[in-house]
Amino acid sequence: MSTAAPAVTVDGLVMRYGEKVAVDGLSLEVPRGSITAVLGPNGAGKTTTLETCEGYRVPQQGTVRVLGLDPQRDRADLLPRIGVMLQSGGAWSGVRAHEMLDHMASLHARPLDPAMLSERLGLADCGRTPYRRLSGGQQQRLGLAIALVGRPELVFVDEPTAGMDPQARRTTWELLEEVRADGVTVVLTTHHMDEAEHLADRIHIIDHGRVIASGSPGELTREGRSATIRLVVNRPFPDGAPESLRAELGPDTEVRQLDVVSMLIHGPADSMTLGRVSRWCEEHDVLPETLNLGQRNLEDVFLELTGRELAT
Amino acid sequence: MTGTFTAAPGGASLSRMVLSQARMEARLMLRNGEQLLLAIVIPVIVLVGGVAAAGRLGLDLDGHRAVDVLTPGVLALAVMSTAFTSVAIATGFERRYGVIKLLGSSPLPRHGLLLGKVVALLNVVALQLVVLVVVGLALGWRPTLDHPPTSVVALVLAVGLGTAAFAALGLFVAGVLRAEATLALANLVYLLLMAGGGVVLPTSTYGSAGTVVQWLPSGALGEAMRAATIDAVVDGRSLAVLVAWAAVGTVLTARTFRWE
Repeated sequence: MSTAAPAVTVDGLVMRYGEKVAVDGLSLEVPRGSITAVLGPNGAGKTTTLETCEGYRVPQQGTVRVLGLDPQRDRADLLPRIGVMLQSGGAWSGVRAHEMLDHMASLHARPLDPAMLSERLGLADCGRTPYRRLSGGQQQRLGLAIALVGRPELVFVDEPTAGMDPQARRTTWELLEEVRADGVTVVLTTHHMDEAEHLADRIHIIDHGRVIASGSPGELTREGRSATIRLVVNRPFPDGAPESLRAELGPDTEVRQLDVVSMLIHGPADSMTLGRVSRWCEEHDVLPETLNLGQRNLEDVFLELTGRELAT
Repeated sequence: MTGTFTAAPGGASLSRMVLSQARMEARLMLRNGEQLLLAIVIPVIVLVGGVAAAGRLGLDLDGHRAVDVLTPGVLALAVMSTAFTSVAIATGFERRYGVIKLLGSSPLPRHGLLLGKVVALLNVVALQLVVLVVVGLALGWRPTLDHPPTSVVALVLAVGLGTAAFAALGLFVAGVLRAEATLALANLVYLLLMAGGGVVLPTSTYGSAGTVVQWLPSGALGEAMRAATIDAVVDGRSLAVLVAWAAVGTVLTARTFRWE
């Protein structure tokens, strides 16, 4: 077994449900020891791809290898080595949180201490609570604990922080970073840009069942030709300001007024644009207090690639 | 360099996984109020109520004391309630809640999950039988002592094959229907068979319908239990009927069961 081989290789995967094509020739690699995010809107094919890697679904076309194994043929060898966090559910409605985690631990040869894991994920206080009475965020954290308790080499986490409050979200992120630091590979799906940007070493943006861009967060946001410029002025804009600014800047630009003194300008990232913005301010007798050439974020990247917003 | 999460993967031994799964399922079954009602409370009420009613009416059944006929019938009812209704409902909701899906990503193989269910089921059935035998004895039940070894063998065969037949049918229902439909159907079938399936009362009391009822899994189980405790005989035909139902249920389940 070569440890240099990727943890996951998906090559030309096609999955259809009846007429609908969920995954359309998708290829991606996940390097070992990384956190890799599969980012895309709902219905992009993220979960289907993940479930094929986990052995739940048989690839209709293409190949999938996980830790060098075929998730279908080598299922019995693969399952003990991976951890899976489902998008939702997975526990009996009447089972207590600690019973569920203890049970999943007992299926493994060298599990983590469930009490330690509960403590780390802030589940110690609700250990005796039946699953159906846990909050959505608590259920998510229990799901993550279940994925990790068997000390896997690779964990698949499907929308790990959906429904979590900001505090729980941060705790989860820190935990996943520690998991990576200990050499475990993490594959996560998310439709939260900030999650991918914060956590991932590598991001695959998928849409309509295909990978439309791959790279580190830095690579993805550096490339491209456009930027977001934030303009804040010293007194209210005159009427029709967005339209007149747009006319000044040309058709490649979008202008959105945020409030009476600020606007967002999305357009070519060059000094000519900045020069035109400040000339327009001078002509309209407003003083730019802030004229900020913002760094592109993944939201911009997605918008540029697909012409749509990712946020739901 | 090892940290808290450094990989050390591996499944537990099959026996350990199966025992853990069985313990979990038995615990959940006994904790669930509705299931407990089905497993213990209703059979006890049927037994106590039946014996009291028969006593007041001065009723004999086939020339036997009512308690001697009703006790093996209620033992059969208890087997049916757990092996069929409880298994179907529990499995239906395990599919619905994604429990089976999650376990499908764990080291527990599917045959291990099935084995765990069987062990849990047999434990719950054993517990029910102990409670109901004690209640029956308290009501004056005197099983035949003509040939105790034959009675014991016949009883074990009846309970074992009855459990197999009903569990296979319960899994079949749970594997094809939605959880709510399974819940409704499993309860309905239980009520119908309790009332008219030859479980509690001998099929001979059904008149001409009895010839049909004795081919039902419920009638066959009831007859086999009564043969064991009233006449100390192994009722070969009823046991063969149970084997046939177990085979039908297993084939149907194997062909149709969907894990998700």
